Amino acid sequence: MGKHYLPNLPQMEEMLREIGFSSIDDLFSDVPEGMVKEFDLPEGKSEYEVFTEMNEILSRNKTVLDMPSFLGAGAYFHYVPAHVKYLIERSEFLTAYTPYQPEISQGMLQALFEYQSMMAELYGLPVVNSSMYDWGSAIAEAALMTVRLHKGKRKRFVIPKALSPERKAVIRTYTRGAGLEIVEVPWDEKGRLDLEALKNVVEDAAGVYVEMSNFFGLVEENVREVGEIAHDAGAYFVVGADPTMLGIFEAPGELGADIAVGEASFLGSPMNFGGPRAGVFAVRNDRKLVRQMPGRIIGMTKDADGRRAFVMTLQTREQHIRRAKATSNICSNEALVAVASAIHLASLGPKGLRELGEVILKNTSYLRKRLSEVAEVPFDGLYFKDVPVRFDVPYDVIHERLLERGVHGGYYIGGHFPELGETALFAATETTRKEWVDGLIKALGEIIGEAEV
Amino acid sequence: MFMQAKWDEPLIFELSRPGRVGYTLPKPIEDVEVEIPEKLRRKSRLDLPELSEPEVVKHYTRLSEMNYGVDSGIYPLGSCTMKYNPKINEEIASHPGVAYVHPYQDERTVQGALKIMWELEGWLREITGMDRFTLQPSAGAHGEFTGVSIIRAYHLDRGDTQRTEMIVPDSAHGTNPASSAMAGFRVVEIPSNENGTVDLEALENAVSERTAGLMLTNPNTLGIFEDEILEIAEIVHKAGGLLYYDGANLNALLGKARPGDMGFDVVHLNLHKTFSTPHGGGGPGSGPVGVKDFLKDYLPVPLVGYDEENDRYYLDYDVPKSIGKVKEFYGNFAVLVKALTYLKILGREGLRNTSEVAVLNANYITRKLKGTRGYELPGKELRKHETVFSAEPMKKETGVKALDIAKRLLDLGMHAPTIYFPLIVHEALMIEPTESASREELDAYVDALKRISEEAYSDPELVKGAPHSTAVRRVDDVLAVKRPVISWRMYRELKERGGIDI
Repeated sequence: MGKHYLPNLPQMEEMLREIGFSSIDDLFSDVPEGMVKEFDLPEGKSEYEVFTEMNEILSRNKTVLDMPSFLGAGAYFHYVPAHVKYLIERSEFLTAYTPYQPEISQGMLQALFEYQSMMAELYGLPVVNSSMYDWGSAIAEAALMTVRLHKGKRKRFVIPKALSPERKAVIRTYTRGAGLEIVEVPWDEKGRLDLEALKNVVEDAAGVYVEMSNFFGLVEENVREVGEIAHDAGAYFVVGADPTMLGIFEAPGELGADIAVGEASFLGSPMNFGGPRAGVFAVRNDRKLVRQMPGRIIGMTKDADGRRAFVMTLQTREQHIRRAKATSNICSNEALVAVASAIHLASLGPKGLRELGEVILKNTSYLRKRLSEVAEVPFDGLYFKDVPVRFDVPYDVIHERLLERGVHGGYYIGGHFPELGETALFAATETTRKEWVDGLIKALGEIIGEAEV
Repeated sequence: MFMQAKWDEPLIFELSRPGRVGYTLPKPIEDVEVEIPEKLRRKSRLDLPELSEPEVVKHYTRLSEMNYGVDSGIYPLGSCTMKYNPKINEEIASHPGVAYVHPYQDERTVQGALKIMWELEGWLREITGMDRFTLQPSAGAHGEFTGVSIIRAYHLDRGDTQRTEMIVPDSAHGTNPASSAMAGFRVVEIPSNENGTVDLEALENAVSERTAGLMLTNPNTLGIFEDEILEIAEIVHKAGGLLYYDGANLNALLGKARPGDMGFDVVHLNLHKTFSTPHGGGGPGSGPVGVKDFLKDYLPVPLVGYDEENDRYYLDYDVPKSIGKVKEFYGNFAVLVKALTYLKILGREGLRNTSEVAVLNANYITRKLKGTRGYELPGKELRKHETVFSAEPMKKETGVKALDIAKRLLDLGMHAPTIYFPLIVHEALMIEPTESASREELDAYVDALKRISEEAYSDPELVKGAPHSTAVRRVDDVLAVKRPVISWRMYRELKERGGIDI
């Protein structure tokens, strides 16, 4: 099968003869004898058969459309407007590669320039690359960048303990080769980054990282103060922010960030079981920083007629030129995910982004209020999307009983943070519905009641 | 005559008109005021464009019309395998069972997703001859970093702390040395012989007790098969190093030969190259990494497991010496779905046919173009999936460079080859037609290159002034570096100061 993808298959013999070969084996005569073998693979199938087979397999997944879900913890159910998906599936975008030939790729280049521009507005930093793999790898690349900026003389990178375990794992894997020391700063009694503890480890740090809302969903009130502590110690300040909060919360650049990172796929992309995603990476307009940036950057320039044009720029940082001395090995990135977020942002505009942030904030607030009727929310503060909830009943019992009732509960974090006990993160976004929350609270009440009996 | 759409499309910010909206949002569950602390409330300007939905759609549609994709015509970008991206892949990946699934859902509710990952791994194992795969890396370079990190962990685990050198041929993709350096290796570059293949003597001299491994592409970046691969493997293994396979060029060998049988210990594949998933203007891709059995304990977590007795798929975090994670969650799942769809349609014979036609097409171009004035074919004639010509003679005789040839091809409605790579070939034109190009397209491509040769010798300025029929004329990349304008914000500030006239 697959012959329908191969225009020249029926002309093979003829083409072979024309260029002086007698059989297809002649073309593989340089592969050592005995290496060519028959593969143990299934026969191909018709498109219809594969269509039904794949649909059957995928139908075994339960989706968040089938059951109310309160999962978040770094991946969220946001609604993607239909036109966003429609536009990024235009084949001129979808089937193109990295715009190596700018004259024939102006569409993608301009779309990526606009992505960079909109993220520059959100994050308050004017220089943005055209995407990293995801938020986690963007933090890791930022960590490596702060060490390069210190010419390797400082190798400590400070992160909050209340950070996604996924992101922590990525940071550790990425920075092992360069020999970075990753130091975690605990949270204080309010669940926020402990500033005194930070002061104790900041000396000699290359960079300090904080997120505007931490893994527990708590908004960090002291972002600016964290930045001041970092800068006083000569460290670079890296701020992570969920782009959906930046219509209502101050831009990281205004809070002192030298580098800002985030997750672009929260706008314009579905969850896709965790990928593709796209990491935002933004820096101050400082040549020293820009020169050490990872990733593709699109710039505006002129063509031979003096008209506006776009092109990949500042490429001497990159692997295809600098090879072992490049700022990163990244080549393929997440361009289409970035463009999707740009289209979504362009549709929202300033008013829509503010409104989106407000709806999420209000829904989170409602979820938190209702959850605290049946269980304990361990920290007092402002929450965005995620809310930690501590139960007296083992969480796996709660989870199991919720699932029996057709509700997917939160993400259990007691394993990663044993000091929090039987705690799970429950999340809300603009997609969360009142009847889901009310149903959840009713179910939790029943489950907890049953367990106490 | 090719003429690309030329819309003079403004930046989306310039299309903005106050008060227009392009969105709808559900109302909050409860409309109560939620106080944001004063010091965190957004006070700075948020200059996003204001447009209605039809305006947004027109803007991006126009932009797309100024972009060239695989569906637009031949796209023989060497090393990138720009093959046809079957539409059924997109159809399947749009299933709600892909889009609306959260990565932390209970395993019982994502059996379909896990089955897809398990099945895909099975195909990749057999295609490469490796024993286990991680599907986590999002791109080829990401896979390389994962693979060499595994090699590093392996040596350190064995107490071989002195194995700090990664050997990379000078013909390698730039990502190879970059990934090695990121994983903490010192990169040792070895020269290639005249075929661009590994010089066995140079390799012998380079290996030592410090050798961690060798990164190799086979066929190499000239499209030539490393026919001494078994000898190469022996040299590296004897020295205690491991062999890494850069799968960028696997499209030459599907259903024919396997890296695992050549002696490779670690491989990465590019699902967006070999397995037909679209490149998306630069990504998302997917770069699964496969290893031989003795390295499986170092793979990133989680792996996908299958409990045959209970017919149950699960995420397996029990990987004792795992390097950790290279990405949040499990990989670019939507891309994995597309690749598996493609594999199921092709099957064994389809895969073999694919590589045979891809190799035939590259050799067809090689033979048809060879002997044309100004182009030179370095190395031996028999190619695999791609071919590399040098335009050095043309440059010397007419001043027309590889870059000019590339731009002139754009005028003729065809995508340029990869140029100036591999670095070991001067004025390189690296052409990978893939199996998707018809004979008529191949003939037209060769004719175009011949025509450009004639033009170079009769009217070189025509070629040097190309392109003429694209959305914009030749782009000034020097100015872009000299005066960086990376965002609307930078542009706006420059404009206000009168520092920019575009």
